[in-house]
Amino acid sequence: MRGLPQLLSRAKRVRVGFSASEPVLAIQAGILQPDKFTQKFVQIRGLKSSKVRSQAPLTAVDNTDSGKQLKQELEAIVGPGNVSSGESVVLQHGQDEGPHQGKSPDIVVFPSSTEEVSEICKICTKHNIPIIPYGTGTGLEGGISAVDGGVCVNVSKNMNKILQIHQEDFSAVVQPGISREMLNQEVRADGLWFPVDPGADASVCGMCATGASGTNAVRYGTMKENCLNLEVVLADGRIIHTAGIGSRPKKSSAGYNLTSLFLGSEGTLGIITSATVCLHAIPESVAAAVVGFPTVQNAVDTVVMTLQCSVPMARMELLDEVQMKACNEYSGLSYPETPHLFLEFHGSESEVESQTETVRDIAADNDGGEFQWAVQQEDRTKLWTARHRAYYADIALRPGCRSLTTDVCVPVSALPDLVTATKADIAEHGLVGPMVGHVGDGNFHTMLLFDPADPEEFRKCKEVANKMARSAIALGGTCTGEHGVGQGKMVLLEEQFGKDGIDVMRQIKGALDPQQLMNPGKVFSRN
Amino acid sequence: MALKVLVGCKRVIDYAVKIRIKPDKLGVVTEGVKHSMNPFDEIAVEEAMRMKEAKLVNEIIVVSCGPAQAMETIRTALAMGADRGIHVEIPLDQMDTFQPIHVSKVLAKLAEQEKVDIVMLGKLAIDDDSNQTAQMTASLLNWPQGVFASKIDKTDAGLEIIREVDGGLETIRTTLPAVLSADLRLNEPRYATLPNIMKAKKKKVVKMKPADLGVDMAPRIQVVSVEDPPVREAGQTVSDVDDLVAKLKDKGFSSA
Repeated sequence: MRGLPQLLSRAKRVRVGFSASEPVLAIQAGILQPDKFTQKFVQIRGLKSSKVRSQAPLTAVDNTDSGKQLKQELEAIVGPGNVSSGESVVLQHGQDEGPHQGKSPDIVVFPSSTEEVSEICKICTKHNIPIIPYGTGTGLEGGISAVDGGVCVNVSKNMNKILQIHQEDFSAVVQPGISREMLNQEVRADGLWFPVDPGADASVCGMCATGASGTNAVRYGTMKENCLNLEVVLADGRIIHTAGIGSRPKKSSAGYNLTSLFLGSEGTLGIITSATVCLHAIPESVAAAVVGFPTVQNAVDTVVMTLQCSVPMARMELLDEVQMKACNEYSGLSYPETPHLFLEFHGSESEVESQTETVRDIAADNDGGEFQWAVQQEDRTKLWTARHRAYYADIALRPGCRSLTTDVCVPVSALPDLVTATKADIAEHGLVGPMVGHVGDGNFHTMLLFDPADPEEFRKCKEVANKMARSAIALGGTCTGEHGVGQGKMVLLEEQFGKDGIDVMRQIKGALDPQQLMNPGKVFSRN
Repeated sequence: MALKVLVGCKRVIDYAVKIRIKPDKLGVVTEGVKHSMNPFDEIAVEEAMRMKEAKLVNEIIVVSCGPAQAMETIRTALAMGADRGIHVEIPLDQMDTFQPIHVSKVLAKLAEQEKVDIVMLGKLAIDDDSNQTAQMTASLLNWPQGVFASKIDKTDAGLEIIREVDGGLETIRTTLPAVLSADLRLNEPRYATLPNIMKAKKKKVVKMKPADLGVDMAPRIQVVSVEDPPVREAGQTVSDVDDLVAKLKDKGFSSA
């Protein structure tokens, strides 16, 4: 049962203390009785709504008058069946798929419309309560963790329609409950597809919130290049459309680029309630290829040369030898355990053929091994399943372990050095860190495996990850290519932008969310 | 030597749609609900396309029986690469009584008229799960049948087919002409691309009625009622082991 491991591990850490979160956890672990706790809590913190938000979250919701009142006010908006303070519900809504321990919100609400979301925000603003937007919970950086408790707004459960599909304009308007695979299934019959494909089947609106990307970015772009307009609900309940009401032109010079502002804002500026996204034509012909190399350097050089030849690659994925071993074991394959490039070519039949020839030659020039390629749908699927299952293959390398997945992105020319240095660092720390990269964008991930019961190992993973991020920044890159900052990379963000850069972000946040209610504790600190 | 294939495609409610029963309890709601080509028929079309690409087949005719909207299904098959289409028109109000026996008779007649070598169908349609049409068509034509096909190969004498059966895989050989039905693992169908969708608009589709083929539409099966599966009952939380044991005794599960 999801959440149970977290629940049990928290139970071990309980001690009677005055800090906000631990007594909450103790109640959730069934160790402290709500009554004793509530008395102490009310006495020390005082649950009153005020402009200066108390550090304490709303706790034991059903046992305090203000908690009950809040629940009633929310139920009046969304209906009684759509508000929950149940233990398993709040637990699930505080924990994403990353390695960081998430904190549960106090209440979860399931609105069915943008207007309901707006009313919820107004209530939370009135009572000074944090608001955490929730899509599919598939993030990796603890972005949904309710660090100060509050109300989690699950916008995916009931708001799950594709509002519009415009075949000739290559765009679609979707609500938060539509995931990328659902959208693809819907537009497939029209010869269209939505190309942004992060590992999880994430909510499209959630992908806008984190500025997500995937294996196709090298040709089709990330979420940033594929989003035309966002409908956003601000903390005070105002509803805005970032590119204009109902607007979906391919380009516009009208006003500030608010779409860019909210894209990647990770729920800290507003709740995305619908997104207008770009669709693309399904390619006429697709070919997939796999080629092994003696070293990572050879593979990366091949990538750089391919890009310099302007081959319009659709996918270029690098898997290092550790990853290949994991994939072999997990999926019963028999690739040689050396770095491999997984490639995909899109275009007309003749274009695909000539692209494949070009890349085959470049690979051979860089000591590439056997160049396997496939055109049939199921053969290509087989090739790509190995890549898409990479994460689970890694976890299977050390059963019971979890992964700290890093996510740096550098200019492509800097890639060989960074990858080589990182691998050396991983080896030095005695860790297992398979590597998978969207190498065409200069973006790669290492899955640093750690035993959840061994904090020292986790610390080492963090050290390697931070060192990698700092090297990436020094090489002209970024500390996060696609996963977002969440909680884990706030310090790195400051290093990347400098004080003035972060201060500008703080000023913008202060203008749009003066009470600091929108997803607190993420992206950058308050001051 | 190159063969001619007749592929049957059915327009069904999309697999992802939540089905709702009509108030008269004689069927399900189809009005305004998303429809698409039966997934097994997509696999059938794909297999015909692969045979064409392997130069075993030189013409693929797609046929669909249904109301005006069946044209969408035919266009999808044409966009996947079929050469021409036949739309056997069934008025919307007759769809409820249009059954596999009628489809089989239509297909058998068309197979003879068009002089095809292979009739390729999906193993079943996901709305009625009948799994009858391929078999009845073969019987009407007196042709061999290779149903639940997961692999089809051409031999000198005809076809070698691997079938998915309960106990595993069965390999059979048939002569031609033959009726085949596609199972899930036969192939992974291609997506229709925009250029092919555009080309499909120009491909020929002929319309006809069952009467034109001499098929009697009188129903053989009457649907008596359609009902939802029973609603799942709420569970009962027990407070401790003693309570659990007491409840088990009450319900007669324990004699101790």
